[in-house]
Amino acid sequence: MERFSLDAAHLLAGGMVLVSFMMLYQNRILGLLNVFAAHAVVLSLSVAWQAYVQSAPHLFVTAAIALILKAIIIPVALHHMVLRLGVHRDIETVGGIGPTMLMGIGLVALSMVVMLPAAAEADPIAREDLALALSVILLGLLIMVTRQNAISQIVGFMSLENGLVLAATGARGMPLVVEISVAFSVLVAFIVIGVFLFRIRERFDTIDTQALDDFREGRE
Amino acid sequence: MGLILAILIQGIQMVLVLALAPGLIGFTRKVKARLLRRQGPSVVQPYRDLLRLVRKEAVLADNASWLFRNAPYLIFATTWVAAALVPTFAAGLHFSWAADLIAITALLGSARFFLALAGMDIGTAFGGIGSSREMLFATLAEPAMIMIVFTVALVAGSTQLSTVAEFMVDHSTLRVSLGLALIGLIIVALTENARVPVDNPATHLELTMVHEAMILEYSGRHLAVIELAAALKLLLYISLIACIFAPWGMARQDDGVLGMLVGVVTWVGKLAIGGFLMVLFETAIAKMRVFRVPEFVGGALMLGFLGTLLLFVSRSF
Amino acid sequence: MSSLLHMLPFAPIDALLVVPGVAALLLALIPQYRLGARVNMLASGITFLFALTLLVERPDPTVSFLFVDDLNVVFVVLGTFVGFTTSIFSASYIGHEIEIGRLKPGYIRFYHGMYQALSFSMNLGLTANNIGLMWVAVELATLTTVLMVGLYRTQAALEAAWKYFILGSVGIALALFGTILIYMAARPVIGEGHDAMVWTTLIANASKFSPELLNVAFVFLMLGYGTKVGLAPLHAWLPDAHAEGPTPISAVLSGLLLNVALYALLRFKMLLAANPLAVAPGPLLVTLGLVSLIFAAFMLYLRRDIKRLFAYSSIEHMGLIAFAFGMGGPLANFAGLLHMTMHSLTKSAIFFAVGQVAQVKGTQKIADIRGLTESHPTLGWSLVVGVAAIAGLPPMGIFTSEFLLVSSTFARQPLLAIPLVIGLLLAFGALIWRLTGVAFGTPSPSVVDAGRPPSMVPLIIHLALVLIAGLYLPGPLVAWFQNVARMLG
Repeated sequence: MERFSLDAAHLLAGGMVLVSFMMLYQNRILGLLNVFAAHAVVLSLSVAWQAYVQSAPHLFVTAAIALILKAIIIPVALHHMVLRLGVHRDIETVGGIGPTMLMGIGLVALSMVVMLPAAAEADPIAREDLALALSVILLGLLIMVTRQNAISQIVGFMSLENGLVLAATGARGMPLVVEISVAFSVLVAFIVIGVFLFRIRERFDTIDTQALDDFREGRE
Repeated sequence: MGLILAILIQGIQMVLVLALAPGLIGFTRKVKARLLRRQGPSVVQPYRDLLRLVRKEAVLADNASWLFRNAPYLIFATTWVAAALVPTFAAGLHFSWAADLIAITALLGSARFFLALAGMDIGTAFGGIGSSREMLFATLAEPAMIMIVFTVALVAGSTQLSTVAEFMVDHSTLRVSLGLALIGLIIVALTENARVPVDNPATHLELTMVHEAMILEYSGRHLAVIELAAALKLLLYISLIACIFAPWGMARQDDGVLGMLVGVVTWVGKLAIGGFLMVLFETAIAKMRVFRVPEFVGGALMLGFLGTLLLFVSRSF
Repeated sequence: MSSLLHMLPFAPIDALLVVPGVAALLLALIPQYRLGARVNMLASGITFLFALTLLVERPDPTVSFLFVDDLNVVFVVLGTFVGFTTSIFSASYIGHEIEIGRLKPGYIRFYHGMYQALSFSMNLGLTANNIGLMWVAVELATLTTVLMVGLYRTQAALEAAWKYFILGSVGIALALFGTILIYMAARPVIGEGHDAMVWTTLIANASKFSPELLNVAFVFLMLGYGTKVGLAPLHAWLPDAHAEGPTPISAVLSGLLLNVALYALLRFKMLLAANPLAVAPGPLLVTLGLVSLIFAAFMLYLRRDIKRLFAYSSIEHMGLIAFAFGMGGPLANFAGLLHMTMHSLTKSAIFFAVGQVAQVKGTQKIADIRGLTESHPTLGWSLVVGVAAIAGLPPMGIFTSEFLLVSSTFARQPLLAIPLVIGLLLAFGALIWRLTGVAFGTPSPSVVDAGRPPSMVPLIIHLALVLIAGLYLPGPLVAWFQNVARMLG
């Protein structure tokens, strides 16, 4: 049973890495939002499993928050925003999808190389889950860097936060303060995003950040 | 006596595989039709189609070469051998030492090679399109297959399928790398068998064909043989996935006749489930643009890489 | 005095949080500009007074979530002081912005409320005894400043705020990961739960933590909090945020927020230094510091917007400070602390002046601003003094700290001193060149009706302090800095 719980935790964390790769693969915004919802679902499953294995009932709350907020409310809200704002449905990428996925593999390898020797003294569950969580974080960062559309950057940022929640729940006994802070950051970030997207719409008709970048500070 | 029995059982597997392949195709078509709220053809219709094709005259183009005439038999032979080697209802059969994953990949690769050449033989445009697209997908699907083979081999300690199946039964466990390998293998299987989302097996629009475009010029007994080979390929892949990832119910080395019968029943059940899931997936998803397919299959390659990478880094992945 | 303090319902250290918190809520309800500005000033002033009491009497560290020791009392007093003077400046500056229509009156409540919220989060970050709480505070500070940078709602302001939001959030996320790793390093030694995140407990047990984990954690923390400090190559948000936000926010960003992030970095540096097997954090900080210094010094020559110019100057000075703390040792740490204090005062003073300059000339482009000493003598000459200070001319305070730093580097690592001096000279040249263009020569046309000028008092107070510090540092202050320098290792 010990072995099984370990493997299940790894499987769910690996599932999150897989879904991150699926996010890298998407080239339409609505598809990206659906895959992000799947990402949040796998996260809540993973957190719920950790809650069961560590006998930490407060983690169930975190899992529920992840499920309701990030798997349902935020994707639906962003979906509405996309349809209402009339945003470009295609995601322009910097570099093709193929090279991006290769970079993703490189980042996963990097996070393995960095985390596994370092956490050798910590217990085995935490060590490999932490490495997989770091992979999710770095893949979220990659999504943000290789996309020019503001909504896809937001989605990348949220998947980065998911990776952080994964890491935090893998660290046994991390106090409630951090969990609240992570949930809090999601909420406030969403509010900020909402405010910005509507204001951005007021000013110009697209939320393509390439258009924003015409005001590069290098010209001044 | 033991040797004759062993060879007999192996022979039964070869025949069984051949006999059930068209049935599998018929079953998938029936289920797809039902899911689309149609009646659909009967499950034995593919057998009738094959019979009809065999009785018809094979019409050849003027400039068809010996390659064109013999390719169907070559394709059929290699595919049948590969399909017969994959353990279906029993592991450890007489020729199971030859049932090596890499050998099977190579056999399927040579079948594809002949098919692509045959497609280009006559010199029509559609054959050329089909062959070039097939090769495009193969460029990524073959390495993906090899990486998946490596992942499985690193876990099970061998590339021989009987050993892999026995290992999986003895050490049943969830592993990340196996999960990734499973998804990768599913993607490769969909690509190789020309199913949606890579290629539509029922299409009549030449511009969207890949597999169908390559065999457009075949008729009569040649076409019958090629269709049978395609059916065998689908059966092979589903049996392969079942053997590696869901090997329970397979008869082991020493099980008697009862064990074999149980094995046959579970195998047929797995084929049915596999066919059903595949058709479910097909009806839920649309075919993708040809230029997106390399990214799709590239995803399988990435998964294979990832699985191997994780295993190299830590034994407990 | 202690008896007076004991009569209050809360301790002085809690007051640092309670007063801004209450003020933020209050200000969210006051739509009139004048009243709001007065409440803002009052709240900031009261916070500053409470901070001063901390110099005298400190709370018991094991009691609450907050604590004060020699290191953060410097930051707290400095922070609340600059917050107070900036609120005075903002009171008159914002009035003018409303008059010319750059800031819509509807946003007054938002602006003042966010100002106090920022003060709250910075005080929380400086006094938190829990690394998780410190992280929350820095995140909150980032969010409030993002909202304020986008206040003017122009295209450029929104782009600046978006960039700041994205880069700041990524930095914060990496910092959180580093925090989690620190917890994981502490857990086998201290046990699960709250205690493994309490700073005072962590520093007491740091020598027993796993060194490899600490190393990896520090890399993430440096990347994360380093983005907030503005070290190159993670600085991309800084120039835009300074240029497009309202001037009081630029002053607060440069003078305070960068310090808070640096403080967080220093805390973790102390943690790493307490463990003998962990990699020395010094070389990493030194490298980043030098890169920032040289990069910013070059960029100073290319800037055509006056606020961007001084934003890059902030990057340069933060690089210097990081370099100083990276070098370590009593003299370099002392130089770093002194430089940090002087930079806060000087840079905020410069932004006060620059804000006023932009108002009277109606533009932020350097090419369009000429001859300030003739058209507006007080303003012009204060700007001259300020820029001379930031460029490192004697007898200003910054000269003292730079001199100390350069001499200590020459003594210990002569090779490093060469890029250091080159960077300093490059920056000096750029600033003086720009200054002569802006301050002297025939005056460029000014805006006819510039309204009532903002108060010059904060500007003059800051510059006076810097001048005094350059000439004479009081004994207790020196002893105190030395004590902290020793703590930093």
